[in-house]
Amino acid sequence: MDSTFGIIFSAVFVSNIILSQFLGLCSFLGVSKSFKNSVGMCAAVSFVMFLATALAYGIYHGILVPSGLEYLKTLVFILAIAALVQLVEMFMRKNMPGLHKAMGIYLPLITTNCAILGVALINVTKDYGFIDSMANAVGISLGYTMAILLFSCIRERIDESQLPKCMRALPIALLTASQMSIALMGMSGIH
Amino acid sequence: MLKELTKGIVKENPLFVQLIGVCPSLATTSSMTNALGMGAAFTFVLIGSNIVIAAIRKFVPDQVHIPCYIVVIASFVTILEMIMNAYVPALYAALGVFVPLIVVNCIVLGRAEAFAHDHGVLDSLEDAIGMGIGYSIALTAISFCRELIGSGKLFGNVVLGSFYTPVLLFIMPAGAFITMGFVFTLVNYLRQRGAEQ
Repeated sequence: MDSTFGIIFSAVFVSNIILSQFLGLCSFLGVSKSFKNSVGMCAAVSFVMFLATALAYGIYHGILVPSGLEYLKTLVFILAIAALVQLVEMFMRKNMPGLHKAMGIYLPLITTNCAILGVALINVTKDYGFIDSMANAVGISLGYTMAILLFSCIRERIDESQLPKCMRALPIALLTASQMSIALMGMSGIH
Repeated sequence: MLKELTKGIVKENPLFVQLIGVCPSLATTSSMTNALGMGAAFTFVLIGSNIVIAAIRKFVPDQVHIPCYIVVIASFVTILEMIMNAYVPALYAALGVFVPLIVVNCIVLGRAEAFAHDHGVLDSLEDAIGMGIGYSIALTAISFCRELIGSGKLFGNVVLGSFYTPVLLFIMPAGAFITMGFVFTLVNYLRQRGAEQ
């Protein structure tokens, strides 16, 4: 069984959520055009991921398992995440206007971010306890932040270079991501 | 009559032209079996959700239509999970978390919002079939390159004999990014050339 530290390490480097599990790619390719937007998106995703993991754990082990309704997990998780995102947005707009201004526009996008639902489902599949689930959420959000911030720095430089017309934007972004993914392959096997 | 059906295959192909649904196209294309399985699973959900949404679109209040559509989609994904778990457990295990994640696939909700929301049942069915076929073709094309280069096989059967040394990288995650990068380069090239003529 993996140790809690092992779970965090492997979520950040070995099986990075974006570069080796391919979750959250839309936001990875979408917002990474500028460093500033990336910071806002990462903060919002990490925050919601932490809350959503705790909520999903509570719902799954508190309600679904005792009543034998495990098969409803996909349906229940997506509704819980959508409701959570709405609540967080309302709470932030009222009590933390500054933070809402910085993170607000990214919040509605998060409901359909596959990384959030993915983490909740992975925790259930791997049968993690509460501490390990939260550790996994922390590790995955760190890995997500690392990949997007590094990528946005590289991308700001690439956009200034002269590329063949057919390789601009998405193709070169994917090829850059492949180089980052190869770098992380060096970590495989460590836990 | 068949316009709604054919547009999803080439002209509005969800992956190559609309650039949506990228996540599963990288994760499930390491073998052609997985890619076709994912394409079929995806088409099933899309057809089901498009029909139901087109049928209920007049009764759903506009303010809450997105949550309602998500419930419809999630129900079909749950049905799909049960069917796959019962009849094709090996494929279900290979696709893993990407089967439940069809819920948040941009194409499914995108078609519900952009098409089924204001079209009839029959048109929505045609649209769903077309988009499903278009997406399956795209997945199969990518997995064809990856499986052939990465392991010298197609559908798990060896096609390139012992003279060929497989480039393992192509069935690893990094290979998915490389293949997609070059496929999109080719698509862009063809489109730009078509636009010039």
